[in-house]
Amino acid sequence: MSRLLEVNDLKVSFKTYGGEVKAVRGVDFHIDQGEVLAIVGESGCGKSVTAQSIMGLLPKKVSMIKGGSVTFNGEEILGLPKKKMQKLKGSEIGLISQDPMTSLNPTMRIGSQIAEAIKKHTNYSKSQVYARVIELLHLVGIPNPEKRYKQYPHELSGGMRQRVLIAMALSCEPKLLIADEPTTALDVTIQAQILDLLKDIQKRLDTSIILITHDLGVVAEVAQRVAVMYAGVVIESGEVEEIFEAPKHPYTWGLLHSVPKYEKGNHEKSRLVPIEGSPPDLFAPPVGCPFAARCEYAMEICVDQMPDVTKSSPTHSARCWLNDSQAPSVKDFVAAGGER
Amino acid sequence: MYIVKRILTMLLTIWVITTLTFIIMHSIPGDPFASDADVLPEEVLANMRAKFNLDEPLPVQYVLYLKDLAQFDLGPSIQSETRDVNTLIADGFPASAVLGLQSLVIALVFGLLLGIIAALNHNGILDYASMGFAILGISIPSFILAPLLINYFAVDWGMFPVASWGTWQHTILPSVALATAPLAIVARFMRSSMLEVMNQNYIKTADAKGLAITGIVIKHGIRNALIPVISFIGPLAAFLLTGTFVIEKIFAIPGIGKYFVDSIFNRDFPVILGTTIFFSTILIVTLFLVDISYRIVDPRIKLSSKGE
Ligand SMILES: Nc1ncnc2c1ncn2[C@@H]1O[C@H](COP(=O)(O)OP(=O)(O)O)[C@@H](O)[C@H]1O
Ligand code: SF4
Ligand SMILES: [Mg+2]
Repeated sequence: MSRLLEVNDLKVSFKTYGGEVKAVRGVDFHIDQGEVLAIVGESGCGKSVTAQSIMGLLPKKVSMIKGGSVTFNGEEILGLPKKKMQKLKGSEIGLISQDPMTSLNPTMRIGSQIAEAIKKHTNYSKSQVYARVIELLHLVGIPNPEKRYKQYPHELSGGMRQRVLIAMALSCEPKLLIADEPTTALDVTIQAQILDLLKDIQKRLDTSIILITHDLGVVAEVAQRVAVMYAGVVIESGEVEEIFEAPKHPYTWGLLHSVPKYEKGNHEKSRLVPIEGSPPDLFAPPVGCPFAARCEYAMEICVDQMPDVTKSSPTHSARCWLNDSQAPSVKDFVAAGGER
Repeated sequence: MYIVKRILTMLLTIWVITTLTFIIMHSIPGDPFASDADVLPEEVLANMRAKFNLDEPLPVQYVLYLKDLAQFDLGPSIQSETRDVNTLIADGFPASAVLGLQSLVIALVFGLLLGIIAALNHNGILDYASMGFAILGISIPSFILAPLLINYFAVDWGMFPVASWGTWQHTILPSVALATAPLAIVARFMRSSMLEVMNQNYIKTADAKGLAITGIVIKHGIRNALIPVISFIGPLAAFLLTGTFVIEKIFAIPGIGKYFVDSIFNRDFPVILGTTIFFSTILIVTLFLVDISYRIVDPRIKLSSKGE
């Protein structure tokens, strides 16, 4: 597998009237060809900002990239000139956004909206573009594509609109698809359909997908690897089995406890335990571990110093002082991750 | 079906306006022949009243008027012996229409442009400059702006004729004077509409497709930003139509405004009624056209659906 995208120490801030919001404070992750990576974390932890930085979609006037790098196919794309970025966006990297209800232009036929991307990135003839749009509508499971082509967004349900957005993102067969909470705004039954569609597409087209979600249940179903984000930092990342079976960070334990337990053959839902407290203020993020204020294992060093990344396997790493060789006892909290 | 309904409503509205104007007109004190009362003998006055049906009871006058109106006959003028109301309107309206339409076009074209430029330069120099201009434009009344324009462009620099009407050059200064305030209002309106639209998620979607910024602004931005602005064109047209009175006076333009104002002072009943009905009709038709174009631009509104 070859490395498709690599994000290193990405730092993004926003200028606001209240001061500088440090939304992303050093994010690292990577995704390989044909892989599905899930980025998980509470709302406000910087998932969308990370995605938008990769796509160069941040509002220019108020956002600042404070550092880091994003390489795509080995080439640095952070701060790429506008024209070069436009070539990449929509053709090499596709984005499916969080809100299907507001992400389509209300005064433009959906077919034309999909066609736009194809026209931009190919030199297809008119009839080729049309044929491609119909093919895409088919691919994403929209019945009656010829009829739907001419419809406006308000004539489609939320699930159908999300399918249109997926078709749009796939239109030029991108190598990477970034799906930012693609199911959050949809009904539960529709959510499952959209996830199935994404899985199916991934298999058929061998597209790499970054699936952003706050739902660990979704992760287990779709992804091979997971990056858990908290307050603008990736606090743990690893293969799905590693994260679910041997989590190394108290925040991940909390997340695992706050979703119905994922176990094959076990249909009984376990008790939900929400994590108490709220994430830190991003105007003045703590110097130490961002989770310290909510962590029941917090030690003195946690407040003073940001934990280093420790690796428990070549693929599994976490930022928590408990994993340090000098930390008290590791056995206790491994057990805690399993059952409380 | 929708169109038929709308046209019936429009006719009904015109009837209501006619009736109200008729009632109000006859309830203000005054007599069209007040100035003649001292010089003319009583029999002559009585004859004249009879000629204009003024000796009949009001309900009869009302019915007679509606009968004529149904045949598009607005009746004779009391003041002018040679021209009836239809002729007065036919004589005066072309100048007023040119003035009003030209101003409407200036206000819309430049107002929209200014608004778009300001929005795309949000908080930049161009934004502040155009909004500063807009505030000036809104706060200076046309009856002050007009003499200023005449003073500089006509008297000092001799670029345009001072007043009167005839060639296209004559129309420039009055149109600009009339258009400035609405232009400024349109610019501010378009700016805020455009700012809102450019913040929408579908603009991000377009950006994520890799479209160039000009394409995004034109195809996704402007069209959507226009929708709220279109609803503003109706009142704008009303403003320009009534606004012409003052401008026509200052520039000595032989428009319809003069007849309308004079008719009120002279209690020239048929002219008051006639011009009021004429203006209301234009307004109602304008609003209708605006409504139709609204529905064309915004696919979410269907022609078959009921009103708002
Ligand atoms: N345009 C902006 N201006 C100021 N702050 C922003 C802006 N966009 C995002 N943020 C802040 O960045 C943080 C991360 O946001 P986001 O990435 O959207 O979170 P999520 O993980 O839910 O997608 C939030 O605290 C949010 O308030
Ligand atoms: S570093 Fe300390 S505070 Fe942070 S998660 Fe680990 S134990 Fe908790
Ligand atoms: Mg988000």
